[in-house]
Order: sequence, then structure tokens, then C-alpha cells
Amino acid sequence: MNDFGSAAVLAFNMVARVDPELTRIVLLSLRVSLSAVTLAALIGLPLGAAVATVRFPGRRAVVVLLNAFMGLPPVVVGLGLYLLLSRSGPLGALGLLFTPTAMVLAQAVLVLPVIAALARQTATDLLEEYDEHLRSLGATPLQTIAVLLWDGRFSLLTTVLAGFGRAAAEVGAVMIVGGNIDPVTRVMTTAIALETSRGNLPLALALGMVLIALCLAVNALAVVLRDAVRRSGH
Amino acid sequence: MVRRLLAVAVLTLALLAGRAQADERFIIVASTTSTEDSGLFKAILPAFTARTGIEVRVVARGTGQAIDLAKRGDADVLFVHHKPSEEAFVAEGYGVERRPVMYNDFVLVGPRNDPAGIHGLTDAAEALKKIAAAKAPFVSRGDDSGTHKAEAALWQAANVDPVGGWYRPTGSGMGPTLNTAAAMGAYTLADRGTWVSFANKRDLAVLVQGDRRLFNQYGVILANPARHPHVKAADGQAFIDWLVSPEGQRIIGAYGVHGAPLFFPNADQTGA
Repeated sequence: MNDFGSAAVLAFNMVARVDPELTRIVLLSLRVSLSAVTLAALIGLPLGAAVATVRFPGRRAVVVLLNAFMGLPPVVVGLGLYLLLSRSGPLGALGLLFTPTAMVLAQAVLVLPVIAALARQTATDLLEEYDEHLRSLGATPLQTIAVLLWDGRFSLLTTVLAGFGRAAAEVGAVMIVGGNIDPVTRVMTTAIALETSRGNLPLALALGMVLIALCLAVNALAVVLRDAVRRSGH
Repeated sequence: MVRRLLAVAVLTLALLAGRAQADERFIIVASTTSTEDSGLFKAILPAFTARTGIEVRVVARGTGQAIDLAKRGDADVLFVHHKPSEEAFVAEGYGVERRPVMYNDFVLVGPRNDPAGIHGLTDAAEALKKIAAAKAPFVSRGDDSGTHKAEAALWQAANVDPVGGWYRPTGSGMGPTLNTAAAMGAYTLADRGTWVSFANKRDLAVLVQGDRRLFNQYGVILANPARHPHVKAADGQAFIDWLVSPEGQRIIGAYGVHGAPLFFPNADQTGA
């Protein structure tokens, strides 16, 4: 328990004196993970609702695929993206390897199936309720998708938060495509891995506590915003 | 809602673009976990950046992985510690020229109660033989790093093929391997830089050192722009020139932890 105690003290001290290095790492973590989640949500939410709405051959296979890809191993995604972005790879000329942009792409790939799969389930459940009504109104598939996303927005917020959790907690992919370069691509998880490998276990644990607090803050903020929107809606 | 979504999207793109557009002058250096974990780069790089305005971005991997990175063209400069591999890298046309920079040594560390009885030996191969005979747990890097290659050479010198439950390759960096050894009370081979700055030694101590075969030389190579045209040859060369310059060498030699130097500059030693 002593380790946890000293880590908590360390974490508190770092936050209290607004350690500039920690601030930089936290801001980069937020920037990367929030960008990735935004990107994944812009694609994943309509995609999930579309798969729920539109009938097409192979739809069940797509559903299974989306569900299975929720468990994509980060280190494999990192490796695949590395081979694409490497100077010897097909996208090497872009020079994106070892940049925050590469990290955003990696996390977006990881988060996209989570958001799409959960959004599809939400949309499917809603559609069961609405189907007849929508059909009697003669809604086009696009209109249906829009209605489902709008009416499911509060459940979909949880979906997006689940995606954020996956992005913020992930270390395997960003380590490979980001390179953990100080200060360009070092985020919370890679900093924790580095301090662990330097044997600074209390510091690593302290950083972990800060990361958990950060995720808590993001989730709390989302819930507060949701409730505010709900209240103003009524 | 739609407007808000749009605002978020635009903000995201602006954030993404922010870093990419900034006109920064930097090089990528593929190096080893030992130079990163020991804190060397953090100590020496600010002086170089202040002098030249060139930012140095270090990607720390095991030597084998760092070499592979440079071969693919993903680094401008390679800074590692396994001379035969470095010379092969240049001979195969991936690098321009290898320059020696600094050295330190490997140490055999293990639990203080020393079940294999190797403490005080000056023959590292003899020590490994005793560890194998006692079947005392030994943790290996197992990651094709410079330290792993040095360890393999020592087993060969000892004429022992390390297999069995007592021999445990972790496939990870020096730090994680030391964490494992500390937790298991196992022996391992470590570079002195990482060892001295490592903070989780627990019951581990240096048991064998000083064997000539434990010598650990670091070399630096510019990636060959003839093979990878995007290599920042001028800035990369400026970094190499600085590392082997009197100023660079002095700053490397001055870096230490708890008053003990971790690396000894020897760029002037031809053939090192």
C-alpha cells in the first residue's frame, strides 16, 4: 500500500504545481484521443445507423465484422499503420510517421469499430420501435438514419465515451507509430511505459492516476453537458 | 447540434493541421533504449539544439529494431551499440560512415544471495557457465538488441546453449527486463548506463564486471541519402559532427547519475 500512497502524493504534487512537462503530455493526450474519437464518430455513427437501416447482401457479415473489430489488437493496428506510413511503405511520402497525426489515425482505426458497432445496436433497437411510423411517413433511408441518430443521441454519447476510453487507454499503437518522442509524440500511456521501464514505478503509477482522473473528468463533463442539453430540451 | 458538430470537426482539423504545418527543423534519430532510459539524450540534446536550431527527435528501440527502422528510411541518423551490425549497415549501403562516439560496459547483475556463486569473478563466460550449471534463473532481453547480441556472444564464449526453464527471454527493453529480474531474483546482463539510472533495483547488485568482453561501444551513422533521398543529410551530419566534436564529447562525459559518469567519450579513438 506504501507504493500507492507515495504515488498518490506524487500525482497530487505534479498536478498542484502544474508541472509543465506533465501539462504538455496531458494536452497532447487529450488532443490526440479527442481528435481520434471525433474522426471515428463522424464516420462511425452514420455508418452504424446505415448498417442498421439499409438492407444489403452481406449485411450480417458486416455486423459480425464490426463487432469482432471492437477487439482489434492495438499493437497490430500500430504495426499495420507503421508499414503503411513508413518511408518504404505506400504512404511514406506523406512523412506522417512519428507525428501526432499518425497517432490520431491509429486510434481512430481502433475506435471506429467500437463506435460503429454500438451505434448500430442502438439504431437497430430504435428502428424496431419506429419502423412502422417511419415507413408510413415515407422516410428515405437518409432521413431514417438522421432520425435514428438524433433520437438515439443520449445513448450514442455513451458509445462515443466508450470510444474515448479505448483511445485514451491504448499504448501499443501510439508507441509504434508515434515513437514516444519527447516532446513531440509522448502521451500519457507511453510516458507511463517509459517510466516503468526506467524503474520509476511510483512516478509511473502517479501518471496512471492522473490519466484515470483525466478520463473521469472527460466523462463527468460529458454527462453534465448531456443533462444540460436534456433540461433545455424540455 | 449540427452547427456544434461542424465546429468540433473544424476544431479537430485545425488541431491536426497545427503541428503538420509548423515549419520545424528537426531530424529523427533511431537509437537504443539504453541511451533514452539512462537519461543521456535529455541531458545532452538541449546544448545541440541551442547551438544549431535543429531539434532532435529520438525514437528509442533495441539496436536490431533501430537498425531496421533506419533501413526502411524512417530515421536520418542511427545511434546504436553493436559494431558488427553497424559495419554491416554501412557495407550494405544503408549508411554513409560509422563514427565511434562513446563507450561504457555491460555488467552481470543478480540477486545478492548469489545462488550460482559468481560474485567477484572477472571472467564473464565463466560466470555464465556457473549460472547454467546451477540452473539459476537468468532473464534475457531476447529482443535482438545490442545487449542481447552481446549476451549471445558471451554464451557462445562460455560454450553453453542456454535452454531450459531457468533461461527466460522477455523480448523487451533493458528496463522491463531489469524489472523482471528484480521481481524474480534472477541474473541478467545490463548495460551500465541503464543499470546505474534504474530506480527499481530491489535486491539486485552488480556481481561481475571488468571482463574485456563486457566492453560496450556506441557508434553513430548517417543514413545514406543515396538510398533514401528524403534523409536530412546536412542536419543529420551536423548532429554527428557535434557528437564527436570536443564540445559534444565533453557534454557526454559530464553526464552522470549520483556523481558516476555513465558514458565515456572516445570519438578520437580510431578503430573503436
